[in-house]
Amino acid sequence: MKTLVWVEHDNKHVKDATLAAVTAASQLGEVHLLVAGLGAAAVADEAAKIAGVGKVHLADEAAYEHALAENVAPLIVGLMDSHDAVVFPATTTGKNIAPRVAAGLDVMQISDILSVEGPDTFTRPIYAGNAIATVQTSDKKLVITVRGTAFAKAATSGGSGTVEAVSGAGDKGLSTFAGAEIAESTRPELTAAKVIVSGGRALQNSENFHAIIEPLADKLGAAVGASRAAVDAGYVPNDYQVGQTGKIVAPEVYIAIGISGAIQHLAGMKDSKTIIAINKDEDAPIFQVADIGLVGDLFKIVPELTEKL
Amino acid sequence: MKVLVPVKRVLDYNVKPRVKADGTGVDLANVKMSMNPFDEIAIEEAVRLKEKGAATEVVVVTIGVPKAETDILLTARAMGADRAILIATEDEIEPLGVAKLLAKVAEEEQPGLIILGKQAIDDDSNQTGQMLAALLGWSQGTFASKVELGGNGVKVTREVDGGLETVDLKLPAIVTTDLRLNEPRYATLPNIMKAKSKPVAKKTVADYGVDVSPRLKTLKVVEPGKRQAGIKVGSVDELVEKLKGLGVAK
Repeated sequence: MKTLVWVEHDNKHVKDATLAAVTAASQLGEVHLLVAGLGAAAVADEAAKIAGVGKVHLADEAAYEHALAENVAPLIVGLMDSHDAVVFPATTTGKNIAPRVAAGLDVMQISDILSVEGPDTFTRPIYAGNAIATVQTSDKKLVITVRGTAFAKAATSGGSGTVEAVSGAGDKGLSTFAGAEIAESTRPELTAAKVIVSGGRALQNSENFHAIIEPLADKLGAAVGASRAAVDAGYVPNDYQVGQTGKIVAPEVYIAIGISGAIQHLAGMKDSKTIIAINKDEDAPIFQVADIGLVGDLFKIVPELTEKL
Repeated sequence: MKVLVPVKRVLDYNVKPRVKADGTGVDLANVKMSMNPFDEIAIEEAVRLKEKGAATEVVVVTIGVPKAETDILLTARAMGADRAILIATEDEIEPLGVAKLLAKVAEEEQPGLIILGKQAIDDDSNQTGQMLAALLGWSQGTFASKVELGGNGVKVTREVDGGLETVDLKLPAIVTTDLRLNEPRYATLPNIMKAKSKPVAKKTVADYGVDVSPRLKTLKVVEPGKRQAGIKVGSVDELVEKLKGLGVAK
């Protein structure tokens, strides 16, 4: 099966999310990549070095600079004449484009797969990860998004793909990119971090969040996450949110501080290897999934913990 | 301008889903069902557009069991929707089929804007809005946290990995809602009483003449692996020792 993988990038470098998608695609067959962007030749060269990659299609035009779904989806639909499947990482970009491609091909997309069980059979989470469904498709072409934490990352070296320029219909004139506000962070990226320190509503305000959660994270070289309650209350920006509607993470160690453990939050982190919970309510649902729990006042415990590390 | 809002009846978000013992699905018998939370946000946004004078009419549509008329469509009208369309079916229809039916509804209704939730909390697909945009050939503003109508376009601020992104879309357009777009109002008792007199057009899937037969077959549904029971430590010192044991602290 010839499989096309959407390369997630910022017109400079390949993003990590791509690597898990390559691993999933390699379980289906021959792996080709698509780099769509502007001035993205260096991205294509980087992508060609990913282990196991054959051809890298490079669509380098202004219309593709910001990965607008209206422009990119027809390009991919065109490439599907010569591919049997297309795989996207389940990032916001992947989720935005993939269904538009699927409808263009008249196929049902398979979202957020956890495993490849066969050429037409996959597992995926439903009901916020409270159930795992095994689904089999009858469609001729496959459109798939991949949960990044469910597959190992392909090696970024060792591959010897060839870059080939492709062109599509260009700008469809339906939408234009107006700007972006990207949150600045010097800490590891949430979805790629080995350790995550996450705070919830119990922090009470933004000042406490910064004063209590961040020093501990920095001590551990960890990324900072948050529950929906902490985001909605304005303690931190929304891209910190871990959960069904935020980011799905699976670090080595997840430290949940002042987070009760609602279904929505657990959906985003319960595949973490070790979960540590600090909460003053010993009946909080988070303790049902935590490997190590400490009951007590976070305002006392966390500064003490940070100091002793 | 008319705004169309598709809504879905799902297992209430507070209910913990139980997988059926025979592995055929999740048990939905005698459990509380509600409107998908993202769809409530979509209705709220549409109603606010009407209150600001930017929209003239808000029409809600659902595809599902007839009972949806008396629960979620009533709620939708009580929140401020002017009228509703019920496309009745006992079958579960996949996002592609739903998008095809909604495309037909859009042809009939000619809305300037269609606002959907970004995903339904039962199948977690996150597909219908994008598929509908593709079928209609319209622009799409997914995961919206801000929507501003003006002139012949709509400016949509989107929640993306890493932050926010703003796109200008040509109308007609599709918008899918993210959680922070707004806080949906409650349907008050007087408004629920009034909503009962707002019209509901009753249709069936067959009325639209589109093929919605499923493409995916669910072979089995299982519970996710259970985590081993953890331990509780009594002091910060013990926790520090554990962190050292895990190799995350020196």
